Amino acid sequence: MTPDLAIDIGLAVLVLGVAAWTTVVRESFAAVVGFVTYGLLLALAWVRLHAVDVALTEAAIGGGVTGALLLAAAARLGPAEDRTPGDRPGAAPRLLAAVLCALVSAGLGAIVLLPPDPAPTLAPAAVASLPKTGLGNPVTAVLLAYRAWDTFLEKAVLVLALLGVWSLAPDALWGGRPGPAYRAQRDGALALLARVLPPAGIVMGVYMLWTGADEPGGAFPAGTILAAMWILVMRAGLADAPAVGRRSLRVALVAGAVVFLAVGLSGLATAGAFLAYPVRFAKPLIVLIEAPLTFSIAVTLGLLAAGPPERGLPR
Amino acid sequence: MTEFLLGAAGFVLLMVALGLVRILRGPAEADRLMAAQLLGTGGVAVLLLLADAGGMPAIVDVALTLALLAALASVAFAMGAWRGAVDDPAPPSGE
Amino acid sequence: MSAALDILSAVAISAGAFFFLAGTAGLLRFPDSLTRLHALTKADNLGLGLVVLGLLPHAAGPLAALKLIGVWLLAQLAGASVAQLVASAVKARGPET
Repeated sequence: MTPDLAIDIGLAVLVLGVAAWTTVVRESFAAVVGFVTYGLLLALAWVRLHAVDVALTEAAIGGGVTGALLLAAAARLGPAEDRTPGDRPGAAPRLLAAVLCALVSAGLGAIVLLPPDPAPTLAPAAVASLPKTGLGNPVTAVLLAYRAWDTFLEKAVLVLALLGVWSLAPDALWGGRPGPAYRAQRDGALALLARVLPPAGIVMGVYMLWTGADEPGGAFPAGTILAAMWILVMRAGLADAPAVGRRSLRVALVAGAVVFLAVGLSGLATAGAFLAYPVRFAKPLIVLIEAPLTFSIAVTLGLLAAGPPERGLPR
Repeated sequence: MTEFLLGAAGFVLLMVALGLVRILRGPAEADRLMAAQLLGTGGVAVLLLLADAGGMPAIVDVALTLALLAALASVAFAMGAWRGAVDDPAPPSGE
Repeated sequence: MSAALDILSAVAISAGAFFFLAGTAGLLRFPDSLTRLHALTKADNLGLGLVVLGLLPHAAGPLAALKLIGVWLLAQLAGASVAQLVASAVKARGPET
């Protein structure tokens, strides 16, 4: 048994074990910790599968932002969870869920393991067209050139999710500031962390965006890292969450999608199709799209973790 | 050397996997969180070893990201984002 | 020369792995949250530090070496702050929360 195989088998067993435990454990805090652990292990698994871009995003989202978000959600649920223990789903829905999950797993396994060897793939075609896009990273090329429409729609879905979170606020608080007013202990360890880490995080985020053109990286991991830094600063009380009704905030949220749409529409004039790039300007246009996209993703994810408005605007 | 690096990565992975038992047993929520934190740091070490063994320097970026963000979940925990402290927004200061 | 460097790397990485072993053993065997936290921070600090030290000779250039050290510094900062936060949370909430 080579070390390679041992690591892969060990990871697989760990991932399955942690997933199973997360599903059956009772307390929501333990389940959230299990879920974060699962995300970290998955990031390792993606690295073993040579999918480094996915590993980056998994580490950023699963290890950071989702953890913070779910812990806050578990805290909100906490008192309610004690009051309604009888609301657990009965045996029949759980059995149905188990059967459906097993079917999905079997289906995915069949798709991956059964087709003819070598499996049909578009990877050679994707790589062959890279010089026309001016990019070196085929994942970025897929996200922002071949399937740019999907990426644009995903961005729109993120904003819709944020609207969904905001809609949980009572009418009177619509447009207010999300989350409680965290008090900053200016000399504490948390304040230290929130002062020293964000500059490193911002550098890392910009680096990730820049290097995504040719190496693993890109707008989404970059935006997530920036969002995580913002969440840290807000939770430490060093900066208050902005009121969600502010115009500047809303402009920041949609800037990415708007620029994306504008570039896409300009493609009608310059290259003959929506979201087409003229070959000579492909890379500058892609960078032009990615920068506001990263910013918008950061703002959206940060606000998603902050939650619905809980405080009204100061009168 | 590559075999040694992979072996070291496997060993560290085994160690943090054993540490995950602490998530199972608790008993305090802080204990579960600490096991997750150990996994985070161990994961960074495993990634650095894998980056060197496989000759893929991009993996170091994943390790950087993990190191940067590992604190976030712990901060959420310590901020009182767990049951029993929702009504007390004063954060433990770590002083 | 490179054989000597390889041996140094191997020694450093093995020492780092040993500290991860120590950290895990402490996490599993120590009697309460605060002592376990102490064990955890040793793994964070020395385990990762020695692994980074062992990998430095293989770095592909000064930028790559700086990245490795940067990873260790970030992990140190995060680990130390988290240790303080968890410790004061344990102190505030009592050992069994």
